[in-house]
Amino acid sequence: MERQQQQAQQQMSSSAPLEQSQLQISHQTAEVNQNLVSEVDDILAEIDGLLEENAEDFVKGFVQKGGE
Amino acid sequence: MERRIFGVETEFGIRYIPRGLGPLAPEEAARKLFKPVVDSWRSTNIFLPNGGRLYLDVGSHPEYATAETATLRDLLAHDKAGEYLFNDLVNQAQDNLEAEGFDGRIFLFKNNVDSAGNSFGSHENYMLERKVEFSRLVRSLIPFLITRQIMVGAGKTHPSGPPEWSGRPLGPQNEPSFSFSQRADHIWEGSSTATTRARPLINTRDEPHADASLYRRLHVINGDSNMSQATTMLKVGATDLVLRMLEDYYPLADFEIRDAATALRVISHDLTGSARFSLADGSERSAVEMQRHYHAAACQYVEAKGPHHEDVPYILNLWDRALTAIETGDSSGIDTEIDWAIKKKLLDAYISRGASGYDDPKIQQLDLAYHDIDPDRGIYNVLNRKGLIKTVISESEIDRAAIEPPATRARIRGSFISAARAAGEPFTVDWVHLKLNSRPQLSVMCKDPFAVENAEVASLIEELQQKKSTVWAPPFI
Repeated sequence: MERQQQQAQQQMSSSAPLEQSQLQISHQTAEVNQNLVSEVDDILAEIDGLLEENAEDFVKGFVQKGGE
Repeated sequence: MERRIFGVETEFGIRYIPRGLGPLAPEEAARKLFKPVVDSWRSTNIFLPNGGRLYLDVGSHPEYATAETATLRDLLAHDKAGEYLFNDLVNQAQDNLEAEGFDGRIFLFKNNVDSAGNSFGSHENYMLERKVEFSRLVRSLIPFLITRQIMVGAGKTHPSGPPEWSGRPLGPQNEPSFSFSQRADHIWEGSSTATTRARPLINTRDEPHADASLYRRLHVINGDSNMSQATTMLKVGATDLVLRMLEDYYPLADFEIRDAATALRVISHDLTGSARFSLADGSERSAVEMQRHYHAAACQYVEAKGPHHEDVPYILNLWDRALTAIETGDSSGIDTEIDWAIKKKLLDAYISRGASGYDDPKIQQLDLAYHDIDPDRGIYNVLNRKGLIKTVISESEIDRAAIEPPATRARIRGSFISAARAAGEPFTVDWVHLKLNSRPQLSVMCKDPFAVENAEVASLIEELQQKKSTVWAPPFI
């Protein structure tokens, strides 16, 4: 319980979550072997090839009417 | 209740991105999408041979309602079959557009919000015994539905940080952020009496499509649309367990929440799961505390009663791992199964390789493209193909569900539809009724959703099968 409250306070008082997750990511990538890193790089490169060129238009141009 | 009927209704977002010739508004793109349906069925609101329903409201979203299913695995297969069916329509529309000189691409997104803040839904239906009083739903089910987003949300980036809500900051202002849920920011109501407070999240007044003296149809509207089968299984499977406990009068805490709309938002924007919000009795709780209570109760309940289907142990295990991931801030134990964690892992990988943060246009694009239903281009589907997603059911089960009805009343409906179309006989069906238009006085009513056969319909089908059609029946869609 105390620990959870501390977490909540950290969350409110700083930009901790994003920094933490970035730290975790770099920590993880430091530990894994180079094959896995290049595997991830390959997947991201493949995804890059599938995305529409204009990222901003892809997101901003998606406008619907509300549902239900 | 030994067996339960489940169904999911999904509204899809639609977008046409032009190349060469100009744009098409969503309404026009949706009309193009439904052209084969209209050509074949003369309607944009049809029941299919698999028992499900395809629907297009004027100017609104393409929608797929699964047939009524009686097992979670059938529900998963039929939910995914909706994506397959719509993808087939996209391909046909794409061909028609090319023939007309349009060179762009149609996208269908299984998500819940557009860039202007319009929200569209994923609605779950659960058959519920009528004896469960509404007050117990308010005390124990609604708090579960409000807090379950930490396990089963689809994840969402917020380039300008969490929106403000009633003057209360939901997180650091203007700092790009990631939330558990897509839908939580779009459920508005939170008024004074329990009944009206409950109404926006659940609705039990709808027609039950069954014997109304025994059953209600619980209609849940606050869930995110999920891409991951495991997430859908946890969402529906855990909700089913809570409903079973309520039906069996198993003791669950009174967690009636004072302000549902505020709690939904506070929870969605707090990735630690520990932010506190007020209950009706004046105390405060966090989402993780409440979900730990539901999970522990469900484990004890299952230990006492035994698992009621093959996937109960997996559901309880994934539920626990999702809560542990949030408690420890390490989602590596769920990042092939839970949508928000799968998505966050991908976005964080891009950020660690140079994307500026959750406000980077590329990150925004990936957040949306994750929900693209296209099997080759949609990012969830790419990750699945690369073996980075755990699936529960096979491709062939999904293929079959696009055509064959599940073993419920849907089988009666689906067989009737198939026979009538093969005979070239016009017909009218809804969830409960079936009739041939040539014999309007003979309308068959099937009130039992578990029934897989009906003598009256069987004899109608026999008649239809004897009548050889002289009319060529086009493909179903």
